[in-house]
This record gives sequence, structure tokens and C-alpha cells, in this order.
Amino acid sequence: MSTTKPPTLVVLQLTGGNDALNTVIPYADGLYYDNRKTVRIAEADVLKIDDRFGFHPSMAAIKPFWDAGKMAVIAGIGYPNPNYSHFRSMDIWYTAEPDKMTTDGWLGKVVREIDPKAENVLSAVNFGRGLPRALALSGVPVASVAQLDGYGLLTSLASVDQRNSALEVFSSMYDDGFNDDQKVKPLQPVHVDDPMNDVLRYMGQTGLDAQKGADILATALDQYNSTVSYPSSLIAANLKGIAQVKLAGLGTRVFYTSHGSFDTHASELPTHALLWKEVSEAVSAFFADLREHDAADDVILLMWSEFSRRVKDNGAGTDHGAGGVAFVLGDPVKGGMYGEYPSLKESDLTLGNLQSNNDFRSAYSSILERWLQIEAKPIVNGSFEQFAFV
Amino acid sequence: MVISTPEVKPLTDLELMAHLFRRAGFGATRDELEASLAKGYEATVEQLLHPETQPDLDDDLIFRYYVDMKEARLLEPAQAYWVYRMINTRRPLEEKLALFWHGLFATGFAKTNHAGAMLAQVAMLRRHALDDFRTILIELSRNPAMIFWLDNQENTTAVHNENYGRELLELFSLGIGNYSEDDVKNCARAFTGWTMKNPIPGAQPFGRFRWEFEFRPDLHDYGEKVFLGERGHFDGADIIDIIVRQPSAARFIARRLYTFFVSDKPDDAAIAQLADVYVNSKYDIRAVMRALFLSDFFRSPRACYARVKSPTEHVVGIMRLVEDFQYPAWGIRDIALECRYMGQDLLNPPSVEGWHTGKEWIDTGILVERINFASAQVGDLGKPGVQKIVTRLRAKGELSPEAFVDASLELIGPLEVSEKTRDSLLTFARQGGNLRFGGDAAAAQRVAELLQLIVATREFQLV
Repeated sequence: MSTTKPPTLVVLQLTGGNDALNTVIPYADGLYYDNRKTVRIAEADVLKIDDRFGFHPSMAAIKPFWDAGKMAVIAGIGYPNPNYSHFRSMDIWYTAEPDKMTTDGWLGKVVREIDPKAENVLSAVNFGRGLPRALALSGVPVASVAQLDGYGLLTSLASVDQRNSALEVFSSMYDDGFNDDQKVKPLQPVHVDDPMNDVLRYMGQTGLDAQKGADILATALDQYNSTVSYPSSLIAANLKGIAQVKLAGLGTRVFYTSHGSFDTHASELPTHALLWKEVSEAVSAFFADLREHDAADDVILLMWSEFSRRVKDNGAGTDHGAGGVAFVLGDPVKGGMYGEYPSLKESDLTLGNLQSNNDFRSAYSSILERWLQIEAKPIVNGSFEQFAFV
Repeated sequence: MVISTPEVKPLTDLELMAHLFRRAGFGATRDELEASLAKGYEATVEQLLHPETQPDLDDDLIFRYYVDMKEARLLEPAQAYWVYRMINTRRPLEEKLALFWHGLFATGFAKTNHAGAMLAQVAMLRRHALDDFRTILIELSRNPAMIFWLDNQENTTAVHNENYGRELLELFSLGIGNYSEDDVKNCARAFTGWTMKNPIPGAQPFGRFRWEFEFRPDLHDYGEKVFLGERGHFDGADIIDIIVRQPSAARFIARRLYTFFVSDKPDDAAIAQLADVYVNSKYDIRAVMRALFLSDFFRSPRACYARVKSPTEHVVGIMRLVEDFQYPAWGIRDIALECRYMGQDLLNPPSVEGWHTGKEWIDTGILVERINFASAQVGDLGKPGVQKIVTRLRAKGELSPEAFVDASLELIGPLEVSEKTRDSLLTFARQGGNLRFGGDAAAAQRVAELLQLIVATREFQLV
């Protein structure tokens, strides 16, 4: 770690199963073109990174990270006995537990380590609807923001005046006076021995936390000033929101967002190209924004997908597979190829899929110990070899 | 020293009826409550207990408009189908029990990867919702989604897979501590050969095969087994016969029904009462439910709003209140997705243990989702249910801020709130003075805004 500022992790989930073979393309391997009769990228179009591999042409905007040595490509990533269900495979990555069903998210545990007393309601911020299980852990507060502009409580109230006055009423309804010395009347329960009393008190605190989070997030929007223009895509809006919160210095250490759907059973060529264009341009703008504000040296970005896709195409797309690719980007990152690109030889495939050769918990462990300075073992449920990408 | 129990005034007939419909279903509109009040409480309970006396929803009509729900290849249309049913059912208790059983026998799309099989399981739970517990457990053990979920298709004479055998005892019927490891082994042996046809996972892109139960004698262990102290050449059905007559099964099911239908806080005396009914009725869930709804503990004010509303109860309850999606229309998927955003991804529970309930339904992000969803719905004067509340308030003539707040709380519930909450709502209502309906839409707008704040209260998060 090359910085004294608290390290920040941004996670971008490529939802739906990104086709690793068409992302980091083994253009020098004839087997790639033998298997991909139609869903292929011609060698001339590949953005070559060495004499064997190259990026999808839509990744032009992030290739400079590779060229500058700020992008780690983790090839052949996965876990034993790959599961081909989106939901189950995501859960495995979310909980860092491939062998049994558990519910605690690995990033939820990270937040608990970073902020054990839950003092900062914004220690982790998710951009998107609903909380991914990666961040779910009982007692760990996480703000989940669909859109920074307009985020908050009671957003559907018609006029600004009415909303402001409703928010004041909201505070007075939820405030039991535990937080400050204001003369606040605590909640007098409807019945003295009402079994719900402690739940109502807990909800009071939760409501105030939610409001506090929203108020602080609103300041992030007000303070933000940048010359960087983001493209118009959902992922660009989400990454811009992350940059705004990061630049406001609110103590957020874990950010999360996702983009998709990479589930390209059909029309893969145009869909995959558009998705990677959106992701690459958004990521590029995001880091440009951080650099403009001299705030890029304490951030790394992890991009992952729940699985990869079948080696042979189906004529228009590709079906669920294994042996995927993940990326870690950022100024503190030591770029290069990590893991081993899986062999495409027929005899090396399992059910027509690439074999993974490194467990995703190796990448997690590297990020945890070498970047976030947190002991990995209790979070990934075991000891895994670490990569030196940070 | 005598510690006196504080006096609590009994529920009014209207409060009790509303409480019944919130618990036995997903809430009722004021019109529905008034119709039931005319029938009386006991007659209403009896009607709820006999869903077959009410018309079922017409699946053909639903599928005609929602083609993706018939295909049910993906999780989201399957969730939307169920939420549509919950909003529109004429058999609320049947649908509510299907949700109860789904939470108890938690099976997940994450592993089955088969939305059609998930919906077939829910249809089975609905069909047997009020049956006897023995029949329910037999149907469950024969259900293909359950078999695949807990690997029973791999449970054979050659290799015993204990997953289903164990969870049947631990999570579905007796509870931990009421059986030994040997009982688990013998239970699993009895279910060998209870398997399924077409267990081909995810045959994309051609869709999925219909799963069916199949008993394979060649894979069944016909040997002698000792189970919970009894000895015999038991198969799965014999095991279930033994399970359902255990006192621990009576306590288990009584407790689960109590915490789902009565209160988040278990009450041992009430649970024992329900357990007795279970035993005396030969494990009849209908009899237990009847006893529950007619009991003093259910009709007590202490049971009223004594549970944290689940996301599904919240979302469906709001849609029933505003009377939207009474016919197939665009957007039902977005409504169903709200349950996911609030932490209850229907047909896809986090694990075989189901969802954690009570206080654990609430965290900061989820509270924001709950409040914003509910306030957007009740703030929409275009929704018929909101209009009906406006009409009822208008009929009362000019209202002081106090009367305006109290009448609104009564119409949305009746919802009893703390003095503190009421004071805050009053502060808001006083800003507009008396509620007077003139020629413009201002008064209706004030009603919508007050409703938006009422659904944002802590008390509204309870059921």
C-alpha cells in the first residue's frame, strides 16, 4: 500500500456472466476461432496487450490503464465445481463460501471490521436498487442509493416546501432523544408492556440514521465540481455518484455497484460490445475525475462476474460457462496478467467449459490483506494464496 | 407486592376485523371490512378457513395478459405472478398460508434454477395450505423442487444423502434437539428412491423440462430402521406418520404459526394451547388456525401490531389499500421487485432456514425503500383506494387538524400510534388549518400528503 489515506475499495459487478473469451481474447490461439464460429472478435479488431491476448475492441477507454501498468487481469478465476445458476453463483461470490449456503456477505464483514460500532452510516454505500448480498450482514448499516440526485426519504412528496416540512415531521416522529441534548420527547409506547417497544426504539434509530445518511449524501452533490464529463449510461451515473461521495470525504471505504446484463445467450456481439463500451468509458471517466481532484491514489476497483460462458458459441450467443476473468484497476495497482489463462484444448475442458485455476478467494484475500489491511481468513473462510497486484 | 397488568382497552369490532384481515390475508379495504362486519367475526373466520367457498383466480386470464408468467423461465415473472395473486385473491388465508409454508419450507430458485418448478411448489402449498400436517409433509417430500433443493435425488441405497432427511427433522417438523444423529440417518434411508424425473439442470436456451416426482424401488432401502424409538421397515410415509405424532412436532408447528400469525414474541401458554389443538384434531392445520383466530390471545390488543411487517405484507398490503393492479396491467413486475429491494426475494430465500423476521426486516436502506414505496403509492390521488379515503373524509364535512389526523389514521388501519407520533402528524396537519373541501384539489392533496407521512411512521411498519 503506497498511501497513508485510508484505502478505499470500489466493486463493480458485471451481472449475468461476462464472456471471458471475448473480453480478454486469446487471439493467437486457433482453438478460439475454431470454437467461436460466429461469436468471435477478428484478430485485426483485437486490442492486443501482448503476443497472445488482447482486449475486446470496446475496451479502448480502459486499455490505457493496462498500458500504464495500472490494470491487473486475473485470468482463469472461479471456484471448484462451478455452479451454472446465476443466483447461486453470485451468492458464492457474495458470501465467499462455495460449499454451503450462508448469508453473511464478505463486504458486510469488511464493513464490520472497519467500523465495528457502526459509527458512520456511510462506511459502505451501494449504488443501485436493493442490497447485494455481498454487503448484507445483520447490524451493519449500508446506504443503498438508486440515484444520488434526489436520494432520500419521502421523495415522492409533490412540492419542495411540503417535503421539507414532512422531513422535519419525520425527524420528530423518529427521534427518541438518544442522540443529542435537544428537548425531545421520547416515544411513549401505546401500551407500557408492548412487546414491540424495543423494536420501535430500534426503528427510531434506524430512521434517523437513514435521514442522516441522506442529508450527508446531499452535501456530496452540492460540493462536487469537476470538468470531467461522464458518458450517458447507467454505470456512468453510478460511478459518477461514487466519485461524488468519495470526493466529499465522508469516510466511505467500500462502494458497490453493478452493470449488466452480460447474460448473452443471443445477440452477444452487439450486446457485449455495448456493455463493455459503457463500462470502459465510465471507468475511465471515474478515474479521470478522481485524478483531477488528486484523489486516485487511495482507490482500487474490482470488476468481477459470477461466471463466464461456454467455449463453443451457439450461433448467436454463448451459454453459461466457467473459468472467468476479473480485473483490478487503479493507480496503486501493479498491472499485468495474474492467474493462468485456461487452456482451450478439448481435453482440458469440463462440460465444454474452461477450467478455473485460481480461486476467487485468492483475489479477495489479496485485496483484504494487501489493500484494506484486514485479516482475510475469517472473511473468506480459509487461507488462499495471494496475488501481488497491490 | 402485586404487579398489576396495565389496563388495555379491548379492540373495537372494526379494529379486530382489520387485524384479522392483516394477519389472515394482506389487509382489507374499508368496503371489504364493512361487508365482513355485517357478517360477524366468527362467520368471517369460518369463510377464511374454507377458501373453496370463494372463487379461485383465473390463471388463463392472467396468462393471457402475462405471457412471461406462463412460461416462467425466469425468477422475476414467477415472483410477479405470485404477487399478482396475493393482491387479487378472494381466498386470502390460503394465499397467506402459502407464504407461511414457503418461509418454513424455504426452497430457493438460486439452486433449482427452475421457476416453473418453484411455482408448482407454491401451488402445492396453496392447495394443501389448510390440510393436515401429515399430508403437507408427504406432499413436500414428493415435491420435485424440494427434492432437487435438498439433493434427495442423490439419496439412494448405494449412497445415502442426508440433506433432506436432516432438514425435514431440524427445520421442517421437530426442531433441533428432538432427534438423534441415528434418527437422521434412518430418516434419510427411508427417503431413498424418492426422486424425480427430468432432473436436467438449466437446459438453456431451450427452456426447462417439467419436473415430476418418481419413486424408484431399485434405489430404495427396504431394510429395517429404528426411528425415534420405533422399529420397522419404514419408508418415507411411515417416517412422517411417526414425526407428526411427536409432542415436539406439535410444539414446533404451533410456535411457527404463532410467530407468523400472532406476535413476534412467542408466548408459551398460547403455543401450548395451539399444540393441544394440533394433537386433538389429528394434526389438522385448519383446526389449529380456527383456534388461533378465535383465541383470546389473538383478539387481544397486545397481538395487534405486534409483528414487524414482512416486505411482502408491506408491498401487497399497500397495493390492496390503494386498490391498484386489480386487473393485469403493465408494471406488476416492478411492484414484485419491491419485495426484493426490501429484503424478501420471493421464491429465492437466502437459505433453507428462510428469512429472518421481526426486527431483522429493518435496516437503514430497507427502511428508506419501505417508506418511499408506500408514500409514492398513497400519495397518488389517481389510485382508486386513495380516492375512496378522500371521499370518506370529504363526507365528514369540515375537519379540525385533530379530527383530520384521527380520521385518516382510522381509515388507513385503524392504526393506533403513540402520542409522540400523533403530535408530529398534528404539527403537519395544523400547517394547513381545518380540512375544508372547496372547489379545487387542494384538500385532496393535503389528504394525500398526510397519508404519505402516516405510512412513514414507525407504527405503520408493524402489522
